[in-house]
Amino acid sequence: MYEIIVVGGGHAGIEACHIAAKMGKKTLLITGNIKNIGDMPCNPSIGGTAKGIIVREVDALGGLMGKIADISHIQIKMLNNSKGPAVRSLRAQADKITYPKNMQEALKNTKNLEIKEAMVEDLIIEEQTVKGIITATGEKIYGKTVILTTGTYLKGNILIGSENTPGGPHGEARSNYLSDKLKEYGLKIIRLKTGTPQRIKKDSIDFSVMKEEKGDLTSWTFSFDNKPMYDPEKQESCYLVYTNEITHKIIRDNLKKSAMYGGYATGVGPRYCPSIEDKIVRFADKERHQLFLEPESLYYDDWYLQGFSTSMPRDIQEKMVHSLKGLENAIITKYAYAIEYDAIDPLQIYPSLENKIIKNLFTAGQINGTSGYEEAAGQGIIAGINASLKLDKKEPLILKRSDAYIGVLIDDLVTKGTIEPYRMLTSRAEFRLILRHDNADLRLREYGYKVGTISKKEYEKLLEKKKKIEELINYLKENHLKINEKNKEIFNENKIELPISNISYYELLKRPEININFLENFIKIDYEYEIKEQVEIMIKYEGYIKKAYKEAEKLQKLEEKEIPEDIDYKKIINLASEAKQKLEKIRPKTIAQASRISGVNPVDISVLSVYLKKEYNK
Amino acid sequence: MEDTICAISTSLGIGAISIVRVTGPDAIKIVDSIFDGTLTEKETHTIHYGHIKKQEETIDEVLIMLMKGPKTYTTEDIVEINCHGGISTTNKVLEILLENGCRLAEPGEFTKRAFLNGRINLLEAESVNDLIIAKTDAARTLAINNVDGILTKKIRSIREKIVKILANIEVNIDYPEYQDELQVTKELMDKYLKEINIELDKLLDGAKNGRIIKNGINVAIIGRPNVGKSSILNHLLDEEKAIVTNIPGTTRDIVEGTISINSVAINIIDTAGIRETEDEVEKIGVNKSKDIAKLADIVIFVANNNEKLTEEDLELLGKYNSEKLIIFINKSDLEQKIVIPKNISQEIIIGNTIAPNGLDELKEAIKNKLKLDNIISKDMSYLTNLRQIDLVKKAKKSLTNSLKSLEGQMPVDIIEIDLKSAWEYLGQIIGDTYQEELVDNIFSNFCLGK
Repeated sequence: MYEIIVVGGGHAGIEACHIAAKMGKKTLLITGNIKNIGDMPCNPSIGGTAKGIIVREVDALGGLMGKIADISHIQIKMLNNSKGPAVRSLRAQADKITYPKNMQEALKNTKNLEIKEAMVEDLIIEEQTVKGIITATGEKIYGKTVILTTGTYLKGNILIGSENTPGGPHGEARSNYLSDKLKEYGLKIIRLKTGTPQRIKKDSIDFSVMKEEKGDLTSWTFSFDNKPMYDPEKQESCYLVYTNEITHKIIRDNLKKSAMYGGYATGVGPRYCPSIEDKIVRFADKERHQLFLEPESLYYDDWYLQGFSTSMPRDIQEKMVHSLKGLENAIITKYAYAIEYDAIDPLQIYPSLENKIIKNLFTAGQINGTSGYEEAAGQGIIAGINASLKLDKKEPLILKRSDAYIGVLIDDLVTKGTIEPYRMLTSRAEFRLILRHDNADLRLREYGYKVGTISKKEYEKLLEKKKKIEELINYLKENHLKINEKNKEIFNENKIELPISNISYYELLKRPEININFLENFIKIDYEYEIKEQVEIMIKYEGYIKKAYKEAEKLQKLEEKEIPEDIDYKKIINLASEAKQKLEKIRPKTIAQASRISGVNPVDISVLSVYLKKEYNK
Repeated sequence: MEDTICAISTSLGIGAISIVRVTGPDAIKIVDSIFDGTLTEKETHTIHYGHIKKQEETIDEVLIMLMKGPKTYTTEDIVEINCHGGISTTNKVLEILLENGCRLAEPGEFTKRAFLNGRINLLEAESVNDLIIAKTDAARTLAINNVDGILTKKIRSIREKIVKILANIEVNIDYPEYQDELQVTKELMDKYLKEINIELDKLLDGAKNGRIIKNGINVAIIGRPNVGKSSILNHLLDEEKAIVTNIPGTTRDIVEGTISINSVAINIIDTAGIRETEDEVEKIGVNKSKDIAKLADIVIFVANNNEKLTEEDLELLGKYNSEKLIIFINKSDLEQKIVIPKNISQEIIIGNTIAPNGLDELKEAIKNKLKLDNIISKDMSYLTNLRQIDLVKKAKKSLTNSLKSLEGQMPVDIIEIDLKSAWEYLGQIIGDTYQEELVDNIFSNFCLGK
């Protein structure tokens, strides 16, 4: 008898089983193929805008993704460095061989965790409570809680042109019956679609005609606990490629042959990740589309052609690829394909990620309607934590929208639902100035410590960091710039206007043209980079950050307006019928959550508020 | 809604008919119980003749308009009782309704119900309020236009402009690797933000006119006793056949009435004569006059051609700047004894109320002071109430902050924060974003009934 059974060894499953085991739970990870644990079936990168911040958050909560990415990448850079502190985010090209290898190693060394190879086809359900799983061979394994992280394997179908092959990525076997069983148990199943582009043989690419994109020369790490372990000079490059008129003509002429336009697919694809045929159709007036060539690994020769995902038949794909400059003689090692899979309607899950219909069943990742390794990992760690807390009869960890991108992600899913694979974007977060790359540990480590995923030692390190930040701020407040000849000279040399009076360094740092490194010309600042960065952001954007926290507090007041669980929406006569249906279905926990439901408009919230006041005096 | 409410929905002045309106689940039943006909079985949207009774006593002869939900203003059943017996009988009818299970409506509650029942949107709700208190044709046009959504369209178009920039910035942020997409540079931002700023300014400029059209302007007539203030008021009002009402509760006679110049309501307030006095009661009146003059948009200072100006007159004259002040020297038919000090540069009209003489010039002067000619020719999409104006001001402030951040070399994600707030504030005007306090705020600013 296990305490927690995790089904699926992808990025959600990994974080779920690892954190559960870390919290002392007897955990079993079941996966179709042990060698594929931590596999990256699509793009060879970890992070990206918003996603990179999720990786930091997973790390702050004690997860693995950031730590493993740090030792597995072949290029890394900070995105949006010039666009401001709120939107900076790390993106790494992870090596598709090294990353899973390191991940598997880490899981092997995780105490309390067993790993088993099997295909899960059914659940053991008694009185609407999950009791374990049943494998394809009929073996029953009992567990007090089950976390499903099935990725694209639920009735997965690979689509290339009119070809439709049942299976998961890499030609792996799919789970044929589990989604039907879930349906039988009362869950609503939705069908989603995603896709992946071609892989090109390295020797067949003419890189000389392409624009090179290098990694940053500054060293970065995802994890708060790692120091950089690579040589910034020795990073792999990516390359830019563009489509042209010929490419577009080939696609237009053959549109009907694609699985999507030929009507061979039923799943709904994501708007933010359109296939190339979608891009050509929807943006007909665009002369070219930008594509990227990214190395997949140092250990084999495939390059990933980002932006060219398609469900065209193979012969058309050949023509399309060969029309691109630099890829005239390219050898396609893997054709692009679309994949359809079953997921559950996320409106059926609680913010804890536990299922509303089947008790003790948790879900995370693509099964909840998301897309992306990072989104999966973010949910995985929360599912693992909350399954463990449930076993301990403790309140679940529910991150607020002002706590973390993970909080935004889960709130969006369980409140708004989704009809396409959900990808995190910075614009989905209303408090992004709070949800920064640099402060994920300050935001979340304390939660981790409280639930037991962050050790005392790690927590003390955090307290130490907080102390140093405070110290440095005070130090800059207390010390003033002396206007003397020597200092005047330094200002002149840097073409920076000299302040009129002896202002404090704190005030000086507020000036946009001055950074904390410049201050070191006048005053010794003996602190690590992270501390200096943090202090600089806190001082420079102080007014804005304060305002954001104030807004967050305001929202928090609405979050505290709880809606009683026994509320009968049918009784609220003046509620619009659409709102009534949505509220009935989602059953939001708070007025704030209710107000975020699409189709529930301000009038409905007003009616609901009036009703709550009247009936419950809330 | 749970209970049935009623209110007198016509103004409590002198009028031939006043209407008591009842809405709610029991509206028909309650009215039936005090009416000598029966309404329950009758068709909707019909009119019925009969009497309101209290036991055997007939209170009033009435016409009743029967409107069954949901095709009514509040979407609930509505019964309107047209009373003919003047204010005291109307009050009596209201009383009987209250005795029979109605609750007196809170200010704006009819419209609140219309809003909560999804009958009208937020902006319409506010415009309906404006319609209720519109005093003149122009105000009515303005109110109707808001209901039709000209202002909504205007605000929507500004919001669309903002959201376009926001979306572009978001694309730049979320997809930094796509170098082909238009990059919102600081120069572009500067251009866009300034364009939007101009549009907000236009909205605010219009707001002043909107307020004038809706609330009218206040003109105070001041001067010493017996210089002919009341005659001037009466002349202005007589001509316009306006109603003069005694405002209760004021100490000594402050009288006001409304006339229309270029379809703008001009509220003329006659004040108690101002003079040095030992009489405590009169002192209160004098101070009140001064207060009213201070708050008025225009002050007509009236002096007697036949008397010299006193120290107090001169002091009073010095209090108002020339933009606000019109001097009227009355009793031009009598011998001129008045001496106008040279340092007074304001417009001076000489005339009398006997002939009468100079009163057209006086009206012309009022018109010119407020540049009323400019107002009416413009389109009617003005902001009209304080909440709308306040929100546009907030939007403008946010936009200004955004521009400041831009000038201060702040990165784009910081600049965008205030731009987003500007967008949200504008959304609040047309009800596109939600704030819980909002509803209560709007509706407490409503007048009674529709």
